Amino acid sequence: MEEALLGDILSSYQGKKEELIPILQEIQENFGYLPEKVMLSIARFIGIPESEVYSVASFYAQFRLLPLGRKRITICRGTACHIRGAPQILNKIEKAIGIKEGETSSDLEYTLETVACIGCCALAPCIKINTGIHGEMTQKKVKELLPR
Amino acid sequence: MSERQCTVLVCQGTGCVSGGAEQVCSLLKKEAEALNSLATIEIKHTGCHGFCQQGPLVVIEPEGILYTKVQPDDAPDIVRFLLPEVKPLKRLFYHNPVTGNPISRYHDIPFYNKQERAVLKHCGNIDPEDINNYIAVGGYQSLNKVLSEMTREQVIAEVKNSGLRGLGGAGFPTGRKWEACRKASGNEKYVICNADEGDPGAFQDRSVIEGNPHSILEGMIIAGYAIGAQLGIIYVRAEYPLAVKRLKIALSEARDKGYLGKNIFGKDFNFDIHIFQGAGAFVCGESTALVLSIEGNRGMPKPLPRSRTAESGLWNKPTLLNNVKTFANVPLIIARGSEWFANRGTEKSKGTAIFSLTGKVANNGLIEVPMGITLRQIIYDIGGGIPDGKAFKAVQTGGPSGGCLPAELLDMTVDFDSLIEAGSMMGSGGMVVMDEDTCMVDVARYFLDFTQRESCGQCVPCRLGTRQMFEILNDITRGEGRAEDIELLLELSEAIKHGSICGLGQTAPNPVLTTLRYFRNEYEAHIHEKRCPSGVCMIQKESS
Repeated sequence: MEEALLGDILSSYQGKKEELIPILQEIQENFGYLPEKVMLSIARFIGIPESEVYSVASFYAQFRLLPLGRKRITICRGTACHIRGAPQILNKIEKAIGIKEGETSSDLEYTLETVACIGCCALAPCIKINTGIHGEMTQKKVKELLPR
Repeated sequence: MSERQCTVLVCQGTGCVSGGAEQVCSLLKKEAEALNSLATIEIKHTGCHGFCQQGPLVVIEPEGILYTKVQPDDAPDIVRFLLPEVKPLKRLFYHNPVTGNPISRYHDIPFYNKQERAVLKHCGNIDPEDINNYIAVGGYQSLNKVLSEMTREQVIAEVKNSGLRGLGGAGFPTGRKWEACRKASGNEKYVICNADEGDPGAFQDRSVIEGNPHSILEGMIIAGYAIGAQLGIIYVRAEYPLAVKRLKIALSEARDKGYLGKNIFGKDFNFDIHIFQGAGAFVCGESTALVLSIEGNRGMPKPLPRSRTAESGLWNKPTLLNNVKTFANVPLIIARGSEWFANRGTEKSKGTAIFSLTGKVANNGLIEVPMGITLRQIIYDIGGGIPDGKAFKAVQTGGPSGGCLPAELLDMTVDFDSLIEAGSMMGSGGMVVMDEDTCMVDVARYFLDFTQRESCGQCVPCRLGTRQMFEILNDITRGEGRAEDIELLLELSEAIKHGSICGLGQTAPNPVLTTLRYFRNEYEAHIHEKRCPSGVCMIQKESS
């Protein structure tokens, strides 16, 4: 099934070098991350060494080489969010779900990440849970959004 | 008897959407339908009004009443009190965060009436997902004028005469860049819009894209004509999914109308625009890194000596690279003339600047002001001052490449050159206000944390230098600073500034340099007294 999905995705590309990043983005959107086997297939499809695919995948912050949890929590660490208490919110969330920044829980329920800026600076501090943005975060809101 | 017509503008920017604006909009439509009043009440969804902190925002026209923090439950009342004439709902008025005074009309709110909204003029009153809205306010008429009445050289001359400078950060004269691209040899040329907006604390580009995407497209097409390009690319960061969605819709509409594609406006001019989504690398805001990224590589800036992107950029072809706001200004310059543009602003910085005013300031949001306004006017007249009775301490401009300016500089005028003189820079327009509870050493540490994470790693001064500075600052904020650390930070700053390949490294020391210049006493307190004057840093005192 994985192979069929991969074939489907690659069928709309021509195998040019400049398609590498869009292909990686589409793979990640469908698979949730970039599996090693898939990166090898992409290398063969474009005709470049696997190391080059890996080098691009590991350079950009968007790409994940490990599977995501069902609830992906992203804390914004932009300037406005920082001075309005983002580090304390991160701390509180780490305690609430029991994992640290950059980790995924062993039951694949949560992934916790930070991002340089979501672009909602007037609502700082902000977090995202999957695609939903939550602004003006407080310790209380953390408890409401992530009950133990 | 003619019925009163009114329009209810509902902000659908990312900030308001996160507060429930989509539900507000659909409930308003339902209520208007239930009252059988869809003919007289138009519920229109718009892009970002800029006052995200007060959102979800709703504006009632023609009265110009602003409702703030609107919830779906408010929809029935809002609609019920629109006809036969509006009875404003006091509970939804804006209240000045410092004085508590309610203000009903947005024209009376200093946050709005002290701005000069040119680029942002239609962000908040047109539906960004309907090209006819843009056309109704004069959209694509500048493109028509350019293609039917102006030569490429005349277009470039207008942009040069306007004095427009790049609004992505560096402030390079736009007309000169266009001219360099036009003169570059070769028939294959490209136009790239840098919508990577990586500065944390900045969201102007996001708002312009979400609020008025066609203004950017029109600017890019005019640029394409001027320099002789066939393809434009918008490099937009993947962290802005709503902006990407609005761009895709706008591109499809522009193609349907013939503003993109072959023989635009019946002329011998073909141009199309594609979207490329950035993959989360701040360094790709640098032009050579951005180009490498589009080509499918790691975004590692090219060292000198190298050709200018205008002569050899994407796939080694002449490439014009400008920021979102720079392109959005172009249709305005063509429509109203370069003289109109040059009459605003200061002698060397023409036109307006867009800032995201955030942090410890009463009114947080996006503002557009003429170049030459003072920091005090921005922070106090428009921003409403510092809330909670706290004292102003500093304002940070220019993102991680910029610096922190103290209270003594509140009366300085804001433009490209004066900010550089003060040790900061315009950058992409982030303006973060800090109060007495902000530790300036922690702020410097915060920025170095950011830059050393984002360093591409190819050159030693940046890769190791920013790391070293970060570790020293970390030690200082933990009470482990040493007496020689300040001199060491200054020495490292010089080395990194002069030795780094690109702007990321070259400007990385700026937050440290400005905080040392203006707030040295805070560093000294941390180092010699093991004390954080603002009470932010957790410093364990050794028991004596």
